[in-house]
Amino acid sequence: MSTQTLSEKKPRKSFKQWCHSMRGQQIIVTLVFLLVPLALLFTFTYLPFFKMVQFSFFKMKYIGKREFVGLKNYIDVFTRDDCFQALKLSLYYMVGSVVQMALALLFATILSFKVKGGKFFRAAYYFPCLICGISVGFIFKFFFTHGFVLDSLLGFLGIPLESCPYWLKDESINNIVLVACSVWKYVGQNIVMFIGAIASVDSTLYEAAEIDGANAWHKFKDIILPSIRTIVVLNLIISVSGALSAFEMPYVVTGGGFGTSTYFVVMDKLAHTDQKVGLASAMAVVLLGLILIVTAIQKFVQKKLEDAENKPVKLTVTTEQNTAAKAMSASPAGKD
Amino acid sequence: MNDIKAIKVRQALVSVAKYTLLIFAAFVALVPIVSCVITAFKTNEEYASTTVMTPPESWLYFDNFITAWQKADMGHAFLNSFTILICVLAGSVLISSMLAYVLNRFQFPGNGLIRNLFMIATLIPGIATQVTVYQIMTALHLVNSMPGYIILMMGTDVITIYIFLQFFENLPVSLDESAILDGCSYFGVYFRILLPLLKPAIVTSAILKGVSTYNEYYMANLYLQDKTKYQVVSTSLYVFTGPMGSQYNYICAGVIITIIPALIVFLLCQDQIYSGMAAGAVKG
Repeated sequence: MSTQTLSEKKPRKSFKQWCHSMRGQQIIVTLVFLLVPLALLFTFTYLPFFKMVQFSFFKMKYIGKREFVGLKNYIDVFTRDDCFQALKLSLYYMVGSVVQMALALLFATILSFKVKGGKFFRAAYYFPCLICGISVGFIFKFFFTHGFVLDSLLGFLGIPLESCPYWLKDESINNIVLVACSVWKYVGQNIVMFIGAIASVDSTLYEAAEIDGANAWHKFKDIILPSIRTIVVLNLIISVSGALSAFEMPYVVTGGGFGTSTYFVVMDKLAHTDQKVGLASAMAVVLLGLILIVTAIQKFVQKKLEDAENKPVKLTVTTEQNTAAKAMSASPAGKD
Repeated sequence: MNDIKAIKVRQALVSVAKYTLLIFAAFVALVPIVSCVITAFKTNEEYASTTVMTPPESWLYFDNFITAWQKADMGHAFLNSFTILICVLAGSVLISSMLAYVLNRFQFPGNGLIRNLFMIATLIPGIATQVTVYQIMTALHLVNSMPGYIILMMGTDVITIYIFLQFFENLPVSLDESAILDGCSYFGVYFRILLPLLKPAIVTSAILKGVSTYNEYYMANLYLQDKTKYQVVSTSLYVFTGPMGSQYNYICAGVIITIIPALIVFLLCQDQIYSGMAAGAVKG
């Protein structure tokens, strides 16, 4: 960071002169350039946040009278079936994000070495990230509808239609199906990110390992994994808060029906359909509290990992990877 | 000899396993999309009589696309989406780079505080606060208005700010200083010297922001409620599919239409997207 303080020491100046002095210019530029972003930040992030906290103590609709109810909304969040059930659903999404990280690691490792058609595979895995959520919703509605894509593919394998479950309606599996859709959409992002991290590993290490007779698994376990550990763990924790706020797939594929309403879907319905603004606000505050806890854990783990990395023989932590890790830790939580 | 043979066999097995895995995963990644493409080319009779994975009789049967385009009023939707995209991108690039410039180049009281305010803002998930943002937007008379939606989407895009901040760290201050010695003002330094140099960062952030703006459905649905006047691509797809029931040949055609722009951007800008992701500058 730099400082430019070219202050001039003339005793008295007119306002116009001051405006033309470097110091005056600096202050004007600073104010002008800060004005819009700060106004937007205040209006669309902090003001809504404080209002949300305020609303959470009221029984209210968007318009009309408000009634102060104290902590009743918060008690409701934990006692109402739909809210609490929704929190349990996020466990599915947490397991999903662990699977997602494992898959991403596997494919990123394979694609980091010489592979025929590597560019094609990477593109194929990544492209789903770029499809509009609502389109993904229709694609999967079509894919999983009874007798449609998946069932006819299974038909090719000799599994008759009668033994195929209703993928989106059967409450014992539909949440797993939705989590799989979410993994389908987002795993490419992690693959590309991990490929970037693996690329920063010093390639002479592989050569040295090969001379020592290491096989692919050893190379993965002893070279790649230690050097990208930080970014993997950070992504994993970030995806926990992503799981808490999972929203897109149930919203677009099942519309929250058949027991697939995640926390956000319930909140959205309460706020905009039922107009229970106070209760929805309380839900949002609770969610935020959970995310803050997860973030605190993340910061703690990150610090531990960085300390651990700086202590022993430094293998391969390049600056690029460090910035990547830091940037990730700063990027917002949530998969959606 | 035997050893070498054994190693060779092993290597061959490993690479068979590797490619099987890769191809299977690519199949999983692409099948949902491909099945949609196949179905989009089928006539009503074909759709009713053939199984989903049977290829269509003719790959040149575009009637579904034409129907979808007209019924969903896609022309209008693309125009709206495009207008929003241009305004949001221009606005967010300008706002974020200005903020990054001031934060990076000037020391002033509150610099650290402002950085922290933006950092903390990332912790608040956008959708969570929509309950109250909606109320604020209503109070400002910005619901159901294109400018309102554009301002909201420009909003506080911390990712873009982050990309620019990182980029400014690597631009030497001596550039600014020599321009000022040549008589340039600070405004001049920003607009004439630094902004042109930011081009790579602008491209990266514009692609990422552009894709997410184009794909946005939830906010568009919530804030652009007049679906005959202010529909964007994602909301008009949703409205169009409503009365279609399970006529998936039309729905798939609509879906494919919405995917094509993303595909084109992806094919043209793959490298920028990957490097942007690798820099970790993308939200997970």
